Amino acid sequence: MKPLQNLVEKVKPHFEKGGRFEKFYRSFEAFETFLFVPGNVTTRGSHIRDAMDMKRTMVHVIIALVPVLLFGMWNVGYQHFKAIGVEAEFIDQFVYGLIKVLPIVIVSYAAGLAIEFIFASIRDHEVNEGFLVSGMLIPLIIPASTPLWMVAVATIFAVIIGKEVFGGTGMNILNPALLARAFLFFAYPSYLSGEVWIAGTAEQLDGVSGATPLAVLAIGEGDMPSAMEMFLGTIPGSIGETSTVAILLGAIVLVVTGVGSLRIMLSVVAGGLLMGGILNLVAVNEFMEIPPYYHLIMGGFAFGTVYMATDPVSASQTGVGKYIYGLLIGVLTVLIRVVNPAYPEGMMLAILFMNVFAPLIDHYVVQSHIKKRMQRMEKIPAKA
Amino acid sequence: MSENNSMPKESLLSPRNKKLLTDPLGKDNPINVQVLGICSVLAITVQLRTSLVMAISVVAVMGFANVIISLLRSTIPPRIRIIVQLTVIASLVILVDQILKAFVYDISRQLSVFVGLIITNCIIMGRLEAFALNNKPWPSFLDGIGNAAGYGWVLLAVGFFREVFGSGTLMGYAVIPQFLYDIGYEDNGLMILPPMALITVGIIIWVQRYKDRRLIDIS
Repeated sequence: MKPLQNLVEKVKPHFEKGGRFEKFYRSFEAFETFLFVPGNVTTRGSHIRDAMDMKRTMVHVIIALVPVLLFGMWNVGYQHFKAIGVEAEFIDQFVYGLIKVLPIVIVSYAAGLAIEFIFASIRDHEVNEGFLVSGMLIPLIIPASTPLWMVAVATIFAVIIGKEVFGGTGMNILNPALLARAFLFFAYPSYLSGEVWIAGTAEQLDGVSGATPLAVLAIGEGDMPSAMEMFLGTIPGSIGETSTVAILLGAIVLVVTGVGSLRIMLSVVAGGLLMGGILNLVAVNEFMEIPPYYHLIMGGFAFGTVYMATDPVSASQTGVGKYIYGLLIGVLTVLIRVVNPAYPEGMMLAILFMNVFAPLIDHYVVQSHIKKRMQRMEKIPAKA
Repeated sequence: MSENNSMPKESLLSPRNKKLLTDPLGKDNPINVQVLGICSVLAITVQLRTSLVMAISVVAVMGFANVIISLLRSTIPPRIRIIVQLTVIASLVILVDQILKAFVYDISRQLSVFVGLIITNCIIMGRLEAFALNNKPWPSFLDGIGNAAGYGWVLLAVGFFREVFGSGTLMGYAVIPQFLYDIGYEDNGLMILPPMALITVGIIIWVQRYKDRRLIDIS
């Protein structure tokens, strides 16, 4: 660590005011604080600086994403070899997935961070760390067969329109990663729906059906995987969303470190089960007849619950608000899935929709608190 | 009215009159600054051709409506002025609609109800209320043309971007070269949907305010 620190200290004067690379100070600062805790000291008043600053928070989320990412890489290879009917070793499957997934991750980071650095330089503020997580989430929620330039365009759109126009990290009303997916979904629908979930060229996959469980239910044909397969994640789907097991591992990390809100996760699950149960009662088509818990392990429900709905910026902030917010996400997701045949996956739309409503929910929660306390005040007899 | 009559006769394109024409193009733009008439921007800017026809229609309606109301301004009883304004606008819109149907039937069909909805375009009513009711015909005419042109150029800009990126064409002719499609380029389906019109307008507003900082606090 010492030589690295010496190097940083040595080049620092070049980037500070009057130095040769003054323009790039913000870029330099980003790397410096990425490597070492900044030596800033509070000069006025006394207060405690938590070691858990935004950068560390984001790193925790990245750690929570590792199981999902690794499983996703393996699954991409597994699905590919399964589809072309070739027996392959575990390591071959993983390496194939790595070759497919890594470029998407790199493109997502490169495009997003480029925009972040440009805006930080223009506006002269620190480079925010928010994108470290968004840049990892974006590859995980798209199919491995998405063309790289689309990933770049969607990332740039999400960072500029979803975040920078509102004032950067912490100001966004929508989850940037989900916005990138929504952009891809509406802009290039043929790449995000239908049989695109298995990586490989068209000739290789000729005649192979790559439908996800949700697509199977929406179209009404194809083989439905067993609940165990869906839970383990050995099914076609977006890179990171298939395995509920890996996502649960991430959820444990998030809850233990206090980064992700357990309230939101639980209430989303409750909402999904509730709506699934209600639809079971009417059950007029095949989609409504599936057991409610299937909704939790199919498609992006688990991933969205753990990593997307709990986004501390775009979720509700108040305690009660988090329950309402989560519950409605669960309810809406299942409702969109089952009732609207055009959108077999409802998680993305449900979370984006509730992101917009989160400030409203918070407002009314706070207002009701104020009202309650005012009433309590009135009960206390005024002292003479 | 009395102070208007006592003013010295000014030339047709005096600085004051020129301002009436040019302000709405930039710092007093009905869409970018006053945020009026957004609905039609979202609805009919999928193609440049429809945007162009809509822009011309609005220029015509607004120019004439402003002049007519300005001529009638001293005879309109204040209590029924809105009805009178609506009647004038509606008559002009019917004329425009008939002309479009006669000469450019295809585009008229694409614009569908939105030609009729020019009547409800807030910019037109707004200018009649705010300007034509209190001003002479010539300045009213310039004001009407200026505001409609300010509306029109935003319409054309949005239509341009949406058609190029959404359909890969411009006025119906392919502009994205075929080799780009061959190497994997795709038209952006989101550009055809209304939200992208809103976002495009937003970006135009953003660029405009970045250049002219005084606008930031106005609205």
